[in-house]
Amino acid sequence: MRTTLPLAVAFITGVVFVITFFLNEESAIVGGISKQLLDWLIIIGGFTLLLGVVSILRVSWQSVERRKEDWIYKLITILSVLVMAIPGLLPESWSSLFGRQEGSIYDWLFLNLQAPMMATMFATLAFYIASAAYRAFRARTAEATILLVTATLVMLWRVPMGEAFLNLFSEEIPGLINRYIMGGVNLAVQRGIIIGAALGAAAMSLRIILGIERTYMGKS
Amino acid sequence: MSGIEILQIWIIAFFTLALFSFLYKDNPFYRLAENIFAGLTTGYQVSLIWDTVIIQKLWDPMMGGQWWLFLPGLLGLMMFSRFSPKISWMSRVPLAVVMGITAGIFLTTQLHGFVLPQMQATMNTFVTAKGFADYFLASLIAVGVISTMIYFYFSHEHVGVLGVTAKLGIWFIMISFGAHFGYTVMGRVSLLIGRTQFLIEDWIGTFSYIL
Repeated sequence: MRTTLPLAVAFITGVVFVITFFLNEESAIVGGISKQLLDWLIIIGGFTLLLGVVSILRVSWQSVERRKEDWIYKLITILSVLVMAIPGLLPESWSSLFGRQEGSIYDWLFLNLQAPMMATMFATLAFYIASAAYRAFRARTAEATILLVTATLVMLWRVPMGEAFLNLFSEEIPGLINRYIMGGVNLAVQRGIIIGAALGAAAMSLRIILGIERTYMGKS
Repeated sequence: MSGIEILQIWIIAFFTLALFSFLYKDNPFYRLAENIFAGLTTGYQVSLIWDTVIIQKLWDPMMGGQWWLFLPGLLGLMMFSRFSPKISWMSRVPLAVVMGITAGIFLTTQLHGFVLPQMQATMNTFVTAKGFADYFLASLIAVGVISTMIYFYFSHEHVGVLGVTAKLGIWFIMISFGAHFGYTVMGRVSLLIGRTQFLIEDWIGTFSYIL
């Protein structure tokens, strides 16, 4: 029951979509079932994300309750979740500050705290990327050199000053980078990776539908 | 500029500097900003999911007569059984629904939507080629696609012809990763420029109103 039921459910839902692909998706029965199941996927996915939120709150609260090290920061996390979530959950009809519309608390917190902090977080990565590039350069292997030379060329090509610098050597360089690096080698590698990943995903999907792949169920 | 606007800019500037302070070393200001950021991001998701999924996809249609939607709702609630070891096995059922649907979609769409069109596009480059430069580019793409795939083929040891092709594949991959690396650096640097502009123009700009 504990293993067979999930395996049967995965098999049936998977087979429905495979059949849908080969039959007329516009038909009332096949199209209707697949559309319903897609809605089910979104709904269960929503609950799964909420499960993650509850889990974060639970773990953080346990740290606060037991006064573990740095519990004060966990309390700040919990308060931040509540400050952002509660006004967003309350109906707009109660106050213009509630809900998710323009001018609400939720909107203000997103525009003035969350978005700038996210931009700052990603901006700090510029320094770590530079540090990683330096370490890769120190590796002194052919592969690392190829990577860095290409990265330098692309970075120069993407800014007007860099492009002007490349033009000093030859005005054809920017065009060659675009044609042979971006539209040639880069395109080929992306295609190779996409084809490989898609074949892997299809094979894994078949294993899941047939019940060979069971790791998603965790320990039995 | 009003007092509220100045306060707003100072709050953003405080958190921007607090996050940048990690570049020196870990400190209480950074940890405060980090935890607030994590909390706000989580809270943002809660409101978004509640409104767009639970209300719009589940509650409203159910109240509108689609009573059978209680089933995915029930399955969603079963996910929470993970918190109780005795009944945690129940969460496998909704997980199986998600895995089954995703696998069913992937099995066909990955082959039909990715593998075949990408192979077709690679071959078509030869068909549409005009002149030496186009044929050279088409050959470069074909060699790149094949050697990249061979590099990720681990069922046989990379020796002989397979080894040489895999070696060529890693060179192609390094050029591509280098291009991506360059793009990523440019993206991050433009964000850094944006934050620096905010601090210099907006934040320092408020000093003239205060002093």
